[in-house]
Amino acid sequence: MTREEIREGLAEILEEVAGVNPEEALEEKSFTDDLDVDSLSMVEVVVAAEERFEVKIPDDEVQNLKTVGDAVSFIETARA
Amino acid sequence: MTDVVVTGLGATTPLGGDVASTWAAMLEGRSGVSALPEWAAQLPARIAAQLAVEPSEKIDRVKLRRLDRSEQIAIIAAHEAWADSGLAAVDDQVDKYRLGVCFGSGIGGALTLLAQDDILEQSGPRRVSPHTVPMLMPNGPAAWVGLELGAKAGVHAPTSACATGNEAIAWGLDMIRSGRADIVVAGGCEAVIHALPLAGFASMRALSTRNDEPERASRPWDKNRDGFVMGEGAGAIVLERADHAAARGAKVYARVAGAGMTSDGFDIVQPDPEGGIRAMQFALKDAGLTGKDIVHVNAHATSTPVGDMGEVRGIKTAIGDHVLLTSTKSMTGHLLGGAGAVESIAAILAVKNNIVPPTINLEEPDEELTLEVAAGKARELTVTAALNNSFGFGGHNASILYVKA
Repeated sequence: MTREEIREGLAEILEEVAGVNPEEALEEKSFTDDLDVDSLSMVEVVVAAEERFEVKIPDDEVQNLKTVGDAVSFIETARA
Repeated sequence: MTDVVVTGLGATTPLGGDVASTWAAMLEGRSGVSALPEWAAQLPARIAAQLAVEPSEKIDRVKLRRLDRSEQIAIIAAHEAWADSGLAAVDDQVDKYRLGVCFGSGIGGALTLLAQDDILEQSGPRRVSPHTVPMLMPNGPAAWVGLELGAKAGVHAPTSACATGNEAIAWGLDMIRSGRADIVVAGGCEAVIHALPLAGFASMRALSTRNDEPERASRPWDKNRDGFVMGEGAGAIVLERADHAAARGAKVYARVAGAGMTSDGFDIVQPDPEGGIRAMQFALKDAGLTGKDIVHVNAHATSTPVGDMGEVRGIKTAIGDHVLLTSTKSMTGHLLGGAGAVESIAAILAVKNNIVPPTINLEEPDEELTLEVAAGKARELTVTAALNNSFGFGGHNASILYVKA
């Protein structure tokens, strides 16, 4: 799975859970500051991403995932 | 005493998605009761009064999934009332530090609780939604109404089963009279049409099992009544200090002349009619009126064999033999925590429009029914004052008195 495929998958989750426009869900965007994803929705995003990408995202890792790109990198590494 | 008036109304009910359609259906004597789908096949009571308009038609998808159904309908009703009051149009000029909310539900987010319990059992704890707690907490509807409108004077969530809606209005009245707020959005909601609450009420032998004739099942005071029909819905009322409303030239539906609240101190589910009598008497006293002044009573009358007649005896004692009764539950079913609010709206519109909505299905009146009922069709008469009664499991009684402004 390429970085772009992971980003597109995340964008779909963000749209479903938090109503984020998929065109806005770019790697440099911050979940909280740019995309307005609140803390409870972030939990939903993480759980949905774990299921979709078949990875584990530990709770203490979530705080390091500031941007969409951070999440893409984590998932990419975890899948490798 | 500070005068408090009603300046806005909002509702979503089994009869319509707003106040205008609900009121029109009431005046036509339409039933909102219908058969439930296949999931109810094993239940003793397989009928209910379901919402006429699904909340998804008014709330966007992302927001919808963060709100329990009871919270969805609470904010739909509150937004309608807010717009109707004219305050939505000048929202940025409203002093939100003087805006309060008193909004209750009888049971809370039971649909969320039950759905998330299914997820817990089937998929494990990690799949349980992080929105579960704010969706099931009983103060959720009040909190959401407060958030939607930006209320900062205080948000309160009275919970007194089927007296909830009226109790919320009574506390809202208090909040303005005591000087804590200029405007209060008050009301109640309920959305628990699910097998578990239906089975629970049926086990109490409280529900009608007239499954073959849903529209004829809710029949207050009729000899052949056999229990209430569960309904879902919400009502919201904008209460406002009279001089505040006058200063902004607001449209006024009625004045809230008084409220009476009592508890039976008797039994967890069996009513003691004495408690209801005192609630009605306190409402009269609070308003400085006597029984003679009351023209119309929107009764609690749920269509249960015992409760309906106890209330009739109580009305005769507290108010007299001259009042015209109706039970809009014959059409809406029993909206539980939403009942007091939606029925208050019916009483307020009766005062405003001089017409009392009918009680349908009253074909063979109980012999003990010695008071006049607007049976079968709406009745036009000058309604100078109307009382709305709500009584709830737990022995809660709340009566609210509305008069012409």
